[in-house]
Amino acid sequence: MTETITNNSTMIFLGLMIPLLPLLGFLVNGLLGKFLPKGSAGWIGSISVLASFICVLLIFKDLQAEQAIRINVFNWIALGDINISFGLWIDALTMIMLMVVTGVGFLIHLYSIGYMHGDEGFTRFFTYLNLFIFFMLLLVMGSNYLIMFIGWEGVGLCSYLLIGFWYKNEPFNDAAQKAFVMNRIGDLGFLIAMFFMLFHFGTLDIQSIEDLAPGMAAKGGLLMIITLLLFIGATGKSAQLPLYTWLPDAMAGPTPVSALIHAATMVTAGIYMIVRSNVLFAMAPDTLMIILWVGVATSLFAAIIGLKQNDIKKVLAYSTVSQLGLMFVALGLGAFSSGVFHLVTHAFFKALLFLGAGSVIHALHGEQDIRKMGGLKKLIPITYITFILASLAISGFPLLSGFFSKDEILAHAFEQNKIVWIVMSISSILTAIYMFRLVFLTFFNDFRGSEETRSKIHESPKTMTIPLIVLCVLAVLGGLIGLPAIFHVSHWLNTYLSSVTEPSAAFLHQGHGISHGVEIGLMCFAGFAAIAAIFFMYRKYVAQKAIPESDESLQGFTKVIYNKFYVDEFFENWIVHPVFKLSEWFAAIFDKKIIDQIVNWTAMTMTSGGQALRLFQGGNTGTYVFAMVIGIVVLFIIRLLL
Amino acid sequence: MMTILLLFFPLLAALVVLLGGSKLASKMALGLAVAELAFTGYAINLFQTAGPEAFYVFQAWIDSPKVSFHLGLDGLSLVMVILTNLLVPLIILSGFNRTIPNAKGYFSLILFMQFALVGVFMAMDGLLYYIFWEIALIPIYFIALRWGGENRVAITLKFFIYTLAGSLLMLFGFIMLYWYNPAQSFDIRELYTMVVSAENQSWLFWMFFLAFAIKIPIVPFHTWQADTYRESPTQGTMLLSGIMLKMGTYSLIRWLLPVLPLGVAKWGQLAMILCVIGIIYASIIALKQRNLKNLLAYSSVAHVGLIAAGIFALNIQGLQGSVVQMFAHGVNVVGLFFCADIIFNRTHTNEINDLGGIRNLAPVFSTMFTIIVLGSIALPLTNGFIGEFLLLYGVYEYNVWMSVFAGLTIILGAAYMLRMFKKVMLGKASSNVPEFPDLYWNEKVVLGVFVIIIFGMGIYPQPLMNLVEPVLQDILSQSIL
Repeated sequence: MTETITNNSTMIFLGLMIPLLPLLGFLVNGLLGKFLPKGSAGWIGSISVLASFICVLLIFKDLQAEQAIRINVFNWIALGDINISFGLWIDALTMIMLMVVTGVGFLIHLYSIGYMHGDEGFTRFFTYLNLFIFFMLLLVMGSNYLIMFIGWEGVGLCSYLLIGFWYKNEPFNDAAQKAFVMNRIGDLGFLIAMFFMLFHFGTLDIQSIEDLAPGMAAKGGLLMIITLLLFIGATGKSAQLPLYTWLPDAMAGPTPVSALIHAATMVTAGIYMIVRSNVLFAMAPDTLMIILWVGVATSLFAAIIGLKQNDIKKVLAYSTVSQLGLMFVALGLGAFSSGVFHLVTHAFFKALLFLGAGSVIHALHGEQDIRKMGGLKKLIPITYITFILASLAISGFPLLSGFFSKDEILAHAFEQNKIVWIVMSISSILTAIYMFRLVFLTFFNDFRGSEETRSKIHESPKTMTIPLIVLCVLAVLGGLIGLPAIFHVSHWLNTYLSSVTEPSAAFLHQGHGISHGVEIGLMCFAGFAAIAAIFFMYRKYVAQKAIPESDESLQGFTKVIYNKFYVDEFFENWIVHPVFKLSEWFAAIFDKKIIDQIVNWTAMTMTSGGQALRLFQGGNTGTYVFAMVIGIVVLFIIRLLL
Repeated sequence: MMTILLLFFPLLAALVVLLGGSKLASKMALGLAVAELAFTGYAINLFQTAGPEAFYVFQAWIDSPKVSFHLGLDGLSLVMVILTNLLVPLIILSGFNRTIPNAKGYFSLILFMQFALVGVFMAMDGLLYYIFWEIALIPIYFIALRWGGENRVAITLKFFIYTLAGSLLMLFGFIMLYWYNPAQSFDIRELYTMVVSAENQSWLFWMFFLAFAIKIPIVPFHTWQADTYRESPTQGTMLLSGIMLKMGTYSLIRWLLPVLPLGVAKWGQLAMILCVIGIIYASIIALKQRNLKNLLAYSSVAHVGLIAAGIFALNIQGLQGSVVQMFAHGVNVVGLFFCADIIFNRTHTNEINDLGGIRNLAPVFSTMFTIIVLGSIALPLTNGFIGEFLLLYGVYEYNVWMSVFAGLTIILGAAYMLRMFKKVMLGKASSNVPEFPDLYWNEKVVLGVFVIIIFGMGIYPQPLMNLVEPVLQDILSQSIL
């Protein structure tokens, strides 16, 4: 532990307020919502998160990067030698996550006031959204793994509730259930990892485990088992291979939910958890290697699928899976703070992309198929400008936020493993391709929908456009927190996070770094590739006015990609279906025809021959045996009385 | 005195209700059960200040065979008594606003059942315990037989014979123990200290284990359960699933582990394997059940399988988890069966495929049902989580792979419960659900209390754990040689 713990009571109070304010918002909206004036839920929800954000800023102002706050709320579970406190921990890494969660969270709350306006579940929506923020804050503030786990499962619950928000729609409910159950697969990994830690370290406190871990390095594969199990948890929550298929389906939820939960915050929980445990992971190089390749594979795989999707939200969903893969690549390379850097910039531009998509869907009254869009740039100009800047940022257009965070990871890859660098460069070019296919089809040329729809298109209200503009500024300038060395300024984020990531540095392979010349070369290459990809897309979709084929006319490899490599069908046919068949067989045959028959047969054999059986068939045995029991009891009572 | 009052007050109450007539039966039963709950509150207070000694009752009863009227209330018994006396008034209240023929008999039997259950949890003499154990069967048998569903006669008979067969094995077990005991006594203190050869313990283990395994039930001794739960009237199902099956898990801790440590050492692993298989088996069956009550019955088999597995893990985490989970499961399963009853009351069906769309019509009911489901799938900050966490950790300490298999319950549990909830509550309104009045006041109270307990225990479980830890440590030191 390199942080010093501060006991400043103001900061402890503010720290407690951070999760409590959204919880209060949740309780007010949830319990009193129906007594409050219509529409106030949105403001209650938004202001509670804004207040929480202000608390975060106040702490940020005073808390030094190498300081931490520890808050023990109460002793939660004490049993034998187990002692788990309900404790919070705020250090530099927590601060970064808190700013993203409450800051971006507030903007999305604000946006939702406009987006959900008129929905019959308006109050319920903000109730769930506040609850989500509360659990997400617990997740990033927990001082031990069990508190983190509360948040971890809690955000899963909110994700479930919000994906299935429009619960009258059957497929939406299926998507919600799928998300929860697939997350639970990962959660089992997390749970068992905690058992290993509790058993071998005697504690779940993250800082204590960090201190104890070096002493455990000798214990064979223990750290590898723990880190692998934690990583299984991360693959569920952060939608990596093979547990990613719930995320594209999760787009069933209202679009602000996709922006908040399924892009900016919850899905990055896996990355946060690994960075939080970076010392453990740094001491398990085999796990890091696995993380690296899972990240590489997921990133490329999802980017390929993204190329052929026609639903505006599905493209963004696969893009999220792909970008999360990129973050895992950073972690696999041991570049923990680079992973966080991309997490932050991604939160800005991906939230913006989803909100922009929401604005488009809002303008088109629910249309999500990009083949039926086109020509929107003049009709919804604010959405258009912010959306295109976000697309440039995610594609790695020079000097925008994504350019810096992505190049930092690619530079690490170039230094350590050229194959990873090549694959990730391809994945990154694919990102520019699918993003600008989306942009050009949505905003350029002529509108392809009906005239009636066209006449109703209008720009979104201010509560929606203001968050777009703020996020756009962040998506453009976000790179400033991590400028590379060639700019001859210090990398603020690396410095800020150093107290968190430094302890693991000793266990990692130390490269020599790459020279400025190589770094500039890599950046130029990446920037040029992105621009070339965008240009290529412009020619195809704007100049030549290409429109993706209809679903029926697809064939060959395109069809395979469009159908997402049939992964869902594979799970359905080879896991879900056999288990259901087994369930029916167990219930109808094994339970009824085998176990129960043995029971009946035993009973019959024992009572066969004579009176007992006759009574049995007469249905009187109940009273007969009952009389026996009564007899025993009466016998004793008589003995007692005598 | 307190002990005697706690035990016999429900018996007295049963008589009063029986004589009081049907018109006021439910209200009188509720009042008396609430009084018993108040006594329990006083008992908790007394326990905190004076300790278990304050509840010691010993009266020589029969000379030959030597049976004594020995009652006690240590932390473990107290938790079980709290569970019983907390659930019974709620179970009675759940019967309000329903037409129940011959109400005085019905509510009188419920109170009589309470008497027997409290007796089981407080008896400290083997034979006295056995008597209460058998008495408990009488009221539930009549409740199921007189007030049950269409196929009640055959199903109740099977339930009765099956559990009775198990109990008789236990009776033989006690008689054998009596013979082996040089002090010739059934007293628990003698049974804990006496020396029985490993060979004899091996036999005795099965006599007791079968009795408990049928009652709990542990797979493959569970086939009576789903039918009985489905055909019993709601209050009967609640008594069975909420409290009566805890007699089995309680008895594993009280009467099996410390009395037959060598038997447990020899066969415990097999019992553990049965429990873990049972968890997965019952969970898988629950996935495709079409009847709501059947689904809940199988989910209950899975949950209590984990409780039993935690007990056989023979460590403090497992034991503590089992007690916490007995309490949590008692609350959750009774809550779930009540939700099933509320649905049946309005729609006259419990077929999952015939339901749907209730979410929209009854928002209050829906929210409470959701919370109970969350408790049941062990979401953190609900009561189910603390129990399952400790149980799975206990099983982990016993064997890592067992905990992985047992842990599948958190995935399968989520799958079958959410699937059920989706089909029953969400989606478009089914034609069977043209209208669905939201909760009546008594339903609100019952479910509201459950919701409070679910969060209260999930957020602050420590008081409950402190209550039982000393006695569990004692029993554990008895059980491990």
